[in-house]
Amino acid sequence: MAEHTIQFAPLDRCHAFLTLCKTPVHGDGVLAGIPVAVKDNISTQGIETTCASKILKGYVPPYDAHVVTLLKQAGAAIAGKTNMDEFGMGTTTENSGFFPTTNPHDPTRVPGGSSGGSAAAVAAGMVPMALGTDTGGSIRCPAAFCGCVGLKPTYGRVSRYGLIAYANSLEQIGPLAGNVTDVSRLMQVIAGYDPRDTTSYDRPYAHMPEADIAGLKMGIPEEYFGAGVDPAVAASVHRAIDQLEALGATPVPCSIPSMAYALAAYYVICTSEASSNLARFDGVRYGLCADTKKSWHDAYREVRRAGFGTEVRRRIMLGTFALSSGYYGKYYAKAQVARENVKKDFTRILSDVDVIVGPTMPTIAFKLGEKADPLSMYLSDILTVPANLAGIPAISVPCGKVQGMPVGLQVMGRPFEDERVIDVAFSYEQVVRS
Amino acid sequence: MTETGIIVGLEVHCQLDTKSKLFCGCSTDYRSDGPNTHVCPVCLGLPGSMPVLNKRAIEFAMRVAKALNCTVIRESEFSRKNYFYPDLDKAYQITQYDKPLAEGGYIEIESDEGGEKRVQLTRIHVEEDPGRLVHMGNPERGKYSLVDYNRAGIPLIEIVSEPDMRSAKEARKFLNKLRATLEYLGVFDSEKEGSLRVDANISIVGSERVEVKNISSYKGVEKALNFEVTRQKNLIRRGLKVERETRHFLEGRGITQSARSKEQEHDYRYFPEPDLRPLQVQSWVKDIVLPELPDARRERFIAQYGCSLNHARTLTGELRLANFFERVVAPDTGLCSLAATWIADTLKGELNYRDMSIDALDPGSFTRLCQLVKSDTITDKSAIEVLRVMLDERRAAHTCETPIEIVNRLNLKKTSGDASALTAIIREVIAENAKAVEDYRAGKNGAMNFLVGCAMKKTRGRSDPKDLNREIALALKPVDV
Repeated sequence: MAEHTIQFAPLDRCHAFLTLCKTPVHGDGVLAGIPVAVKDNISTQGIETTCASKILKGYVPPYDAHVVTLLKQAGAAIAGKTNMDEFGMGTTTENSGFFPTTNPHDPTRVPGGSSGGSAAAVAAGMVPMALGTDTGGSIRCPAAFCGCVGLKPTYGRVSRYGLIAYANSLEQIGPLAGNVTDVSRLMQVIAGYDPRDTTSYDRPYAHMPEADIAGLKMGIPEEYFGAGVDPAVAASVHRAIDQLEALGATPVPCSIPSMAYALAAYYVICTSEASSNLARFDGVRYGLCADTKKSWHDAYREVRRAGFGTEVRRRIMLGTFALSSGYYGKYYAKAQVARENVKKDFTRILSDVDVIVGPTMPTIAFKLGEKADPLSMYLSDILTVPANLAGIPAISVPCGKVQGMPVGLQVMGRPFEDERVIDVAFSYEQVVRS
Repeated sequence: MTETGIIVGLEVHCQLDTKSKLFCGCSTDYRSDGPNTHVCPVCLGLPGSMPVLNKRAIEFAMRVAKALNCTVIRESEFSRKNYFYPDLDKAYQITQYDKPLAEGGYIEIESDEGGEKRVQLTRIHVEEDPGRLVHMGNPERGKYSLVDYNRAGIPLIEIVSEPDMRSAKEARKFLNKLRATLEYLGVFDSEKEGSLRVDANISIVGSERVEVKNISSYKGVEKALNFEVTRQKNLIRRGLKVERETRHFLEGRGITQSARSKEQEHDYRYFPEPDLRPLQVQSWVKDIVLPELPDARRERFIAQYGCSLNHARTLTGELRLANFFERVVAPDTGLCSLAATWIADTLKGELNYRDMSIDALDPGSFTRLCQLVKSDTITDKSAIEVLRVMLDERRAAHTCETPIEIVNRLNLKKTSGDASALTAIIREVIAENAKAVEDYRAGKNGAMNFLVGCAMKKTRGRSDPKDLNREIALALKPVDV
């Protein structure tokens, strides 16, 4: 395979990148020479990978994540590693251990998170496409806030091998791009079975977006337009739904009662898994170096205190508590029951309708520093976490602006019908463009 | 020591003898290589790596489950056991918790009262071995530890028994039977260093139970349990209570030591491993064909070779010993009873003494040695000498002379046939021991044994004591005048 290099030296006004690769090499293939930004929690051989955490400063993976191997095989040029909330824990990218990324549409606002760097890099025109990861909305939220398109694939459709785990049972790697077509192109490259991720499925994606959605039934859950959702955002999404109706889709009002417990269940599960996943960062093998003169548990304590940010420490503590003996049944086991109920609700609704449509985020992008209270930040995930709990595909596509800031339309579908949510987003995008 | 009123249960961890590790493709054959040479992102726990279950390890574990009469669970599951320790690369061990691979089952052992006894099993599960710490340095120059992840990810099977054993000896028998069964199944090699680790729960009836961790040898189990029985009985005798606690066995000193106070007890925060799917392998059970197991082989040895029960038990108690025996007698079935005695009684002891594996010895040589004994070419005593030479040469150079070469070199051929040589020696003995001769003539029976002993010494064990006895008696026979 022929190797070429490209020059990649964009002006990074919104601090989207943690690492820039200025002359990345690339081969031939469907993405030949296209610079693709990769979120910093996806392992890249020879390129520092930190999850935007000080504890991984200096860690250079000796191997590529499966998706990175696939990108390289498709000829893409790895343009750099993008900023994020540390280990994916956040909705603003302000929780980066290094610096916050700003919104390309308004430097006083956040880009959303946790894949804020990837979304900002795309929205600012630095790269045409990027990889993000979505544990509870981390692709869709910044896509909505920055005005680009982001897909969280069906759980298992994209290999997680090489993705530094935050919450294994919830997260997926997915594409972000300026338009649905590019999201689809990137999805074609990264989807498929990988024997190294035994939770992945042999469901490759080989689809060209189609705009014909005549006869489609779209569920409109009342919970997606309830309290906490900015009326201006809701209005914007309603206009989009009207346009989809004009294209031949039929809106069907529905309800997801289990959503009352979705957020609580989500935060118990993701913090529990995180408390275990992040335990390996002890300064013994990589990243920040433990003081070898100390006893090992003192050294661990010191490294972890110095290396992890506040939000990460908070979530580790929460998860450790939820898994403790005597509390497991009260929290983790109950959260799993709630998760099953969310799945059942989605299965039930999606047996009547083809897709579920609503806003991606309840508001437009926050001002920097606005979500200082962690609970109010957690609450803003309410519309995105259900898709992760249910493992279903969900896409965010821009649908108008409020106060000059982009709004995201979210389309969720049946498991392994990523093609369908892409088609709905594509047909909407065609209308808006024309 | 009286061992009545004690209750023992064992948790036995054995390394499954697969070619690759439990969750990655790294080779398990690490013992002769340098530290951290059999590692990859998965077994190093590098960020982003994911486990892929080794089917072979599960199949091995299921062979064990079937052989031990366990029930394989319809859907079992891997869980994470979370704790911090430098040898644990991910800071959690992937193991099985509330949904183990198999439950129930039993192992039959010979009970202390004689007769067979069933030790019930609680469960069998599969888990990964952690790495290993090597402690370096001395107190003056500072202590430090090095970590080797070669062992990280080696598949282990954990077999948990019910508290059904009543003595340290029964525990030893349980372990021996388990080891033999695992070896017969081809899933375990007891000769690999560190391939077995045992935690023992022991209590005196009516008292708290104590868990002894870290026992890494077969002999250690009996030692540790005996130590605990004495310790616990002494406490009770002095009117003190046995604390419920975990203790460590210090192999070198043969004692147990309190491990940690309750405040420091771990909360392992088990939860299902999200990177692995649940295991549905019950349907495999019917396809597993078990080989001949120790009990069946023991019965066959009795029936086919005429072995005594004890010899058959000893020989079939270790796979290598049983295989060796069958190879020795294959070319010459007339050797059966002789070879059984020599292997079970003599060879096993000589090997243990040298800490050698029977693999070092070639069965063909042993056949020839047995033939020399059977044909009366050498005495039992000389045969032991030949065997020792063979073993020592093997150990030093991995090769050895043939038995007949050794016999010739050391001039060990039995002298009985050579009557004139014997006569000369007897004449010497009689001449040198006038007192004993007198005693013999006076009717003291012990005197003859003494004279035979002197003659044996002179022939360096080459002559048969029976022959010597006869010849000396003949020589001292009162001459009719």
